[in-house]
Amino acid sequence: MNVHEQYGEDLALYALGALEGSDRDSLEKHLEECASCRRELEQLRGDAALLALTTSGPRPRARAKSRLMDAIAKEPRVQPAKVRAPLLVVLGWLAAAVMILVAVTLWRQNERLNSTVASLSETLEKEKASSEQARRVAEILHAPDAASYVIMPVSVKSMPPSGKAIYSRERSGLIFVASNLSPLPANKAYELWLVPMQGAPIPAGMFKPDARGSAMVVNPPLPSGVEAKAFAITIEPEKGSTTPTLPIVMMGTGG
Amino acid sequence: MAQLYDRYSSVVYAVALRVLADAAAAEDVLQDVFMQLWRNPGAFDASRGNLAPWLAVITRNRAVDVLRKRRPQTEITETLVSVEPDLASEADRGRNVEKVRAVLKEMPAPQRSALEMAYFEGYSHSEIAEKTKEPLGTIKTRIRTGLMLLRKAVEAT
Repeated sequence: MNVHEQYGEDLALYALGALEGSDRDSLEKHLEECASCRRELEQLRGDAALLALTTSGPRPRARAKSRLMDAIAKEPRVQPAKVRAPLLVVLGWLAAAVMILVAVTLWRQNERLNSTVASLSETLEKEKASSEQARRVAEILHAPDAASYVIMPVSVKSMPPSGKAIYSRERSGLIFVASNLSPLPANKAYELWLVPMQGAPIPAGMFKPDARGSAMVVNPPLPSGVEAKAFAITIEPEKGSTTPTLPIVMMGTGG
Repeated sequence: MAQLYDRYSSVVYAVALRVLADAAAAEDVLQDVFMQLWRNPGAFDASRGNLAPWLAVITRNRAVDVLRKRRPQTEITETLVSVEPDLASEADRGRNVEKVRAVLKEMPAPQRSALEMAYFEGYSHSEIAEKTKEPLGTIKTRIRTGLMLLRKAVEAT
């Protein structure tokens, strides 16, 4: 039985209306807080109802029914006459209460909608950014002037690192993929350089290889309309350099 | 309401008559109970039980209030009654009532008397203890175990 044992007997008495005094007060206080005991009380009342249902006897006289039906006919279900305040005042308060209820309900709905809209906007922004990135990648890959630069090591090793840069001058877009890169010294990173036809090399992104020696640079910030003669890679401090630090470890020209 | 009356008035009247032992007073309670149901049809929560036991409890409470010449002690909307198994149909009700009657018949007289004094005569537990000259704790235990016996009677298949 799911009921607090100390209240068991008092609950039975209470269900029969036989509990009184401080015991009754104490139990009523407990019932306000205890759903389990409230449920048990319902069941005990049901048990008591079984006791009531064992009663039997003559049916009520026929006039009892006609008396009831007469009373019902005289009494509508809604009883505005019992309200002493003028009807318009009562209706006014009722309308105000309804308006407050409606306003609170609408405010809550509005809060929920605002929250939903904010969440959807955030998702949409992320989708747009992701979509824009994909569109830019596709544009560069399919640009008429897109040229690939195969970047080879200056000193050849058994598993030579390699890199491929796809660059579109018109779109100032660059995608660079590398593999078999050598691990870096501490606090160092690779830096990719766009070597223009004229002028100094332009920084084109920092990168570190993963455990398998692979790395990627997608659309680094680049000045617009620069024609590339070659791409080069140097090892630089992690924060990057504005001019390449020799030696150049990899380099490739367009073709 | 006429249909409800035809179906349940005998239950209501029997309970009221059992408590009050007076036909006119029982008819007054019958009238009062059905008028309350008419005025406040939402008082009965159909999802929490069925009408016959609920009406029986409401009627008993009103009748005891009349018997003890006191103001109504409970609101009908506050009275939740849960009975298992379902007693919706008259056949189910009849079958289970017979089981309860059998248990009452087998019950020790002091226990049955304690239950009836509390339920049909409206005595408090201390009044019952005083009248029967039994300890208060004994009365409490008798009433609780008595109700449990009634529950077991209808729960048994």
